Amino acid sequence: MVTIKIDNHEVQVPEDTPILKAAEKAGVWIPTLCYSDLVEPYGVCRLCIVEVVRGKRSRVVTSCNYPVREGISVLTNSPKIQWLRKSIMELMLSRWPNVKVVKDLAKQLGVEKPSFISLERDEAEDACVLCGKCVQVCKDLVKAEALGFAHRGIKREVVLPFGVNSERCVVCGACVKECPTGHVKMVIEDYRGKKPEFTLGPKTAIYVPSLQAVPRVPVIDTESCIHFETGGCETCAKVCEPNAINYDMKDEVQEIEVGQILVATGYDVFDATHMAQYGYGRLDNVYSSLEFEMLLNSTGPTGGKVQMKNGKEPRSVGIIHCIGSRDANHHPYCSRVCCMYALKFAHLVHDRTKAAIYQFYIDMRAFGKGYEEFYSRLLDEGITMIRGKAAEVAEGYWTDNNERTLLIRCEDTLIGKFREIPVDMLVLCNAIEARHDSDQVRKLFSISKSPDGFFLERHPKLDPTSTTTDGVYIAGCAQGPKDIPDTVAQAGSAAARILSLISKGEVEIDPVRAMVQEEFCSGCRICNNLCPYGAIEYLEEKKISHVNEALCKGCGTCVAACPSSAMTGYGFTDAQILAELDGILI
Amino acid sequence: MAKPRLALYWAASCGGCEIAVLDVQEKILDIANAFDIVFWPVAMDFKYDDVRRMDDKSIDICLFNGAIRNSENNEIAELLRKKSKVLVAFGSCSMEGGIPGLANLTTKDDILKFVYKDSPSTVSTNGGTYPQTHTKMPEGEIEIPEMWDTVKSLDQVVDVEYYIPGCPPQPEQIWNVVSYILSGQPLPPSGAILGAGEKSCCDECTRTKSEKKLKQFYRPFEIQAKPDECLLEQGIVCMGPATRDGCGALCPKAGMPCRGCYGPPPNVSDQGAKMISALSSVIDAHEADEIDRILNQIADPIGTFYRFSLAHSLLRRVDKHETH
Amino acid sequence: MAFEPKIVGFLCNWCSYTGADLAGVSRIKSAPNMRIIRTMCSGRVDPAFILKAFQLGADGVVVMGCHLGDCHYQEGNYKTIRRIPFLKKLIEQFGIDPRRLRLEWVSASEGDRFAEVVNEFTQEMRTLGPLKLPVHELMGKNGERAKHAVHE
Repeated sequence: MVTIKIDNHEVQVPEDTPILKAAEKAGVWIPTLCYSDLVEPYGVCRLCIVEVVRGKRSRVVTSCNYPVREGISVLTNSPKIQWLRKSIMELMLSRWPNVKVVKDLAKQLGVEKPSFISLERDEAEDACVLCGKCVQVCKDLVKAEALGFAHRGIKREVVLPFGVNSERCVVCGACVKECPTGHVKMVIEDYRGKKPEFTLGPKTAIYVPSLQAVPRVPVIDTESCIHFETGGCETCAKVCEPNAINYDMKDEVQEIEVGQILVATGYDVFDATHMAQYGYGRLDNVYSSLEFEMLLNSTGPTGGKVQMKNGKEPRSVGIIHCIGSRDANHHPYCSRVCCMYALKFAHLVHDRTKAAIYQFYIDMRAFGKGYEEFYSRLLDEGITMIRGKAAEVAEGYWTDNNERTLLIRCEDTLIGKFREIPVDMLVLCNAIEARHDSDQVRKLFSISKSPDGFFLERHPKLDPTSTTTDGVYIAGCAQGPKDIPDTVAQAGSAAARILSLISKGEVEIDPVRAMVQEEFCSGCRICNNLCPYGAIEYLEEKKISHVNEALCKGCGTCVAACPSSAMTGYGFTDAQILAELDGILI
Repeated sequence: MAKPRLALYWAASCGGCEIAVLDVQEKILDIANAFDIVFWPVAMDFKYDDVRRMDDKSIDICLFNGAIRNSENNEIAELLRKKSKVLVAFGSCSMEGGIPGLANLTTKDDILKFVYKDSPSTVSTNGGTYPQTHTKMPEGEIEIPEMWDTVKSLDQVVDVEYYIPGCPPQPEQIWNVVSYILSGQPLPPSGAILGAGEKSCCDECTRTKSEKKLKQFYRPFEIQAKPDECLLEQGIVCMGPATRDGCGALCPKAGMPCRGCYGPPPNVSDQGAKMISALSSVIDAHEADEIDRILNQIADPIGTFYRFSLAHSLLRRVDKHETH
Repeated sequence: MAFEPKIVGFLCNWCSYTGADLAGVSRIKSAPNMRIIRTMCSGRVDPAFILKAFQLGADGVVVMGCHLGDCHYQEGNYKTIRRIPFLKKLIEQFGIDPRRLRLEWVSASEGDRFAEVVNEFTQEMRTLGPLKLPVHELMGKNGERAKHAVHE
């Protein structure tokens, strides 16, 4: 540690700390332009000059990259410095008279009008001030080195190498962010990187998947993280105090042996672009329910504010129920949760804005505990409920200010009239549908699907959480649309089933099993490779086949195949089936 | 004590069963000694009237071979049933129709038409001369038995106590049965199959068996079968797995596939259906076209899988009416 | 009275039987002609059962199983797709119209398809008329005498 004196303040800092940092600690302001915490100090703008006094000698240095030494004292605002800074500022102002950051600094330093006239005067508001932050950040932090300076002296400028789009650029936007004047802009010419799940708001490359994520820790999206592109950046590691960032962690596939499996693979939301009449994906301010949920979220892109794309508060909001559900063209079933979340949306919008709220419903299904009461309360809040499914959404204009809006055309079946209702914002209550990969999952566990595509329970009333495959249970929307209480109930029941088996320590298996009657088996081995479970083994010493009853699942294929009927299937013996035939064909 | 009275009869049969009885060789003398042979048309001179004159149930054991093909077979079956305490269906034909039973693939009319009219060696005049059951002759009307449309097994016309399978039954098995009876031990329950095992032919077959996967069927002359491996695994349709043991697996041991003469194993109701089930299980194909290609290699399913058991199978005979 | 065929349906427990159940639960009407026998898998259906059904007077037999690849037992129905065509060849030789035997895949979710198959097959059997087999006549008087074959 060294102790130095800055102006009248004494400050103790580690050796080699730049004077600028030490001044910061001492609470002394030094103007900067090209300085950035993210990169190596470059000392190009010269605004941060200070006078370093050592004994009787004094010299002017750039404080951003001049390291402190024991015994020096620093003058940040000596007449000499003031005069030099003013001159520098005047030079800048004469060259870039309209750049805001330059003008602000000049004002701060008391420079009103430059005493020079620059021959290279650039009157643009976003002129490049040659601070070099963009070049530095690209080189030092991102390590892409996609930007550089060209030419010298008065002709110096920031360019892409050879003036062409660089393949080294990872489109991270660090240069844009660092540029103090807005001169560096990002123009996305080509869609790059993966499609974000929702198009609302920015997402960083390191993020917490959702507020309710368990465990609630951030993850790195390696596809968009700069570090994984160039090896640079590591900003998150720098700022993480407990050093929890580990770039070497890899996705890994683990094999875990388990005895029972609960399949709770959830659902997909219906893609409302299939119903083009509602304009989703085509018209602005038309949202899917999940997007709107995000918008309302206090950690969402608008911090929970209900606002349109232009940042204004909507005058009216429409909520259309049953998008893709209760619809013969899409899903015939009811998605069950939409009525209630639509009411919640209405409540929240009512709470946060002055917007008029219209709900377009087929039937209101407030079926759960407290739900009907909530519905009544919403009616009292002044929500307009229109019974009738909206026919289409068109574009329209408010007559007072000529701003664009959306027009919902519908039939209000309660008054028997066609209506056109202007809304600034439209929320579609998308159907819950089976996951796109449910077929693969189904085959994996050899369970069935019901006609709606959701996994089929063993019995709709008596066994709603287990499946036809022993040890495989289902819960939540994987089994069918349901709300959180129902999901929790089903999952709890499935967990209880699983636990009861675990605590029992042994499993009961159906008595439907194949068995070899040894006195009739002659070891022809026809059955030997028929069993998908490998339950049939050939006993070499006895020269007969044998069924391992624990492995056998009782399908009876081997029973039918056994040419000498030595294989018999408990529960479905030949005699039993023939007797059945006898009975039904009297 | 009087010797037990033995009768032997042949109905629709080739005579092989009779030869099989003689094939017990010198033990035939023991049989002759032990039994009082009261009726054996093929070997000794008896008339049906001799039998008719006997008291009911006066024959202790009647070995009846041959299928029931005509009214005479039926009449004598009924007669012997009346006169015998124990009636034994002897050989495949009487047990399950046997080779004559394959006549159930066609009809009496078609057979007569071919034999008396259409066969290339027949010179037919006036549209063919068909045998008649009654013919007037100068000496009076003579009568020959009427051929039936459907061949039946013995137990389809009368009650039968026991069965001795085989085409023909193996002499040592015949002797086993005879010596058992002579030993005076209690007879097995009615309906039992004697002179055979409880397993399938594979049990006696010495060929090495392993897991089966078939992609191709061959007829025996189409390939040179490996001498020690299961014939079925080599693609030769061998009925062994669906055939009762007792013969000593003579055919497969000699390189020919089992034809199924010992009939279905215990618990199997239909030999052909069972074999079809077994075979189709081990065909190694998952595509309909491929399955079809393999199945088409079996030209004559009934002739292959019901060679001996058609008349006694679930459907008994082919229907010439429905599809034609 | 118009001819009503007797149809035997062998249904696998997991797909088709459940599908039939669904048809019932969904109140989908189907012809009452089919008498159902449940087996755990269509692979359990022994060809002898089918022949027995014809022998006992069934006019048609349907075997229903899971769609290929969906078998609860992974590949039981692959045995069925070989047995049924084989058996069709056999019954054809026996003089039975092979249309009287049918293999259909009906999943647990296809209650409507189940009803469709039953209705369609029943209609086809109505058109084909009653199945008259010689064995019906032959067995008629003496009853089934061949007792020795099955004594389980």
